[in-house]
Amino acid sequence: MIKRKLVLSFPENIVTKPITYRLVKEFNLEFNILRAEITPNMEGKMLIELKGDKAQIDGAVKYLSQTGVTVQEAAKDIITDKNQCVDCGLCTSICITQALVLDDKSHKLKFNKDKCILCELCLDCCPVSAIKVHI
Amino acid sequence: MGKTIEEINEKIKSGSVVVLNAEEIIEYVAEKGVKRTAKEVDVVTTATFGPMCSSGAFLNFGHPDPPIKMTKVWLNDVPAYAGLAAVDAYIGAAELSETEGMKYGGAHVIEDLISGKPVKLRAIGYGTDCYPRKEIETYITKDTINQAFLFNPRNCYQNYYAATNSSGKTIYTYMGKLLPNFGNVTYSSAGQLSPLLNDPYYRTIGMGTRIFLAGSQGYISWYGTQHNPGRERLANGTPCGSAGTIAVIGNLKEMSTEYLRACIFQGYGVSIFIGIGIPIPVIDEEMVEFLRVKDEDIYTEIIDYSVKRRNRPSCGKVNYGQLRSGKVTINGKSVQTGSISSYFKALEISNVLKDEIKNGKFYLTNFVAPLPLEEPYINLDILSREELQ
Repeated sequence: MIKRKLVLSFPENIVTKPITYRLVKEFNLEFNILRAEITPNMEGKMLIELKGDKAQIDGAVKYLSQTGVTVQEAAKDIITDKNQCVDCGLCTSICITQALVLDDKSHKLKFNKDKCILCELCLDCCPVSAIKVHI
Repeated sequence: MGKTIEEINEKIKSGSVVVLNAEEIIEYVAEKGVKRTAKEVDVVTTATFGPMCSSGAFLNFGHPDPPIKMTKVWLNDVPAYAGLAAVDAYIGAAELSETEGMKYGGAHVIEDLISGKPVKLRAIGYGTDCYPRKEIETYITKDTINQAFLFNPRNCYQNYYAATNSSGKTIYTYMGKLLPNFGNVTYSSAGQLSPLLNDPYYRTIGMGTRIFLAGSQGYISWYGTQHNPGRERLANGTPCGSAGTIAVIGNLKEMSTEYLRACIFQGYGVSIFIGIGIPIPVIDEEMVEFLRVKDEDIYTEIIDYSVKRRNRPSCGKVNYGQLRSGKVTINGKSVQTGSISSYFKALEISNVLKDEIKNGKFYLTNFVAPLPLEEPYINLDILSREELQ
């Protein structure tokens, strides 16, 4: 038995498919959805921890990729460097779970860690490299 | 009755000047009306802090012994233009490093100079009787060279397009990372705080106007490249897309990295965040009508940047109130928005400028010549010599 933490990105057209059900049924996996954001007409994101045989997990990842799901290993943490950040808010357009938002009153960038699903879409969008992965 | 710049400057001198920023004026007018505002308020401070690629600095290094006529110059391995007199050069913000590529560029050199860091200067020349040296390698800081002034041919856009991506894959643009299938919208204007949107017909902002430029007191030297005042406008005077621009100049040695920052747009290149603040004198009631403009009254078009052509299709018009709310609607779908220009920084600059005026450190100027209200906007077509004769 091994454990793997993955970030799954679902394109709009397969959001409605019962994918996680098949992970249980066909690959006999135990899974724990840590965070998820799936809304109609949008790409879905899920941070999931899979538990099971290595071969079964590998098979499940292959199945997911074939279905059109993008599979990434979950990095440990996202951090925003307050000294570097210029509070432009460009990253807030990329952040699907709205973990990164501009505060209405102060206009400064706020990062809500609990909402972050570690999709890492924000990493290469920051013009002043203020967003980093902390491993 | 109108107010003159001289009268306002007298008030600055005596400490009785009334200054508001371009956000505060909105509520002030709503509460007290146009007439009273025109009487009571003397200056409104506007500002912006966004990436402005068309920026750079002129440097004069001083003469080494024996002297050199520099024909090629590198600063921290970033090429600078040296087709000028012996030790003059221009470092462009968007120039890339020859060793580090997109990770470091002219903007970083400028930021490093402002922060006082040593910068490696390498130059070659062909050697002449008067300039015998053929190469040099040394280190400089802003304090060891004669002059260093920013001279930016196009800054402070009067409005700009918003960007999105209709294609099936992520694209990397100067408007940032654009996710597939209308995955996000980015925009780049300080909206209601932006200088040229508060003086849409350039009644007070013109050539020679003293401005806040990245922490220093700089000047508008000319109208900017691609200045396009003929853009379609709303009744409030604001254009619905990129229109007027200004060229600005100021002493790099007096600037601060708080208000000038190098930046990198992944897959696009290096650019530079420039902070500009412009005080607008409340000369009359008509000026108040322009200054009261708010985000909801300023519109721009959302342009599809996935179309690889000069003319890209529009996906509709939106106002800055909608853009700043974090979501807009394209084809019935809700799309997240994000700004490239920092409203927080723009507001900070408008307040710094306000304090400088109140404390008698910044005086207003009459412009020397107006910015043109008519200017052709020309595209580059591929033509033969014969077709032009």
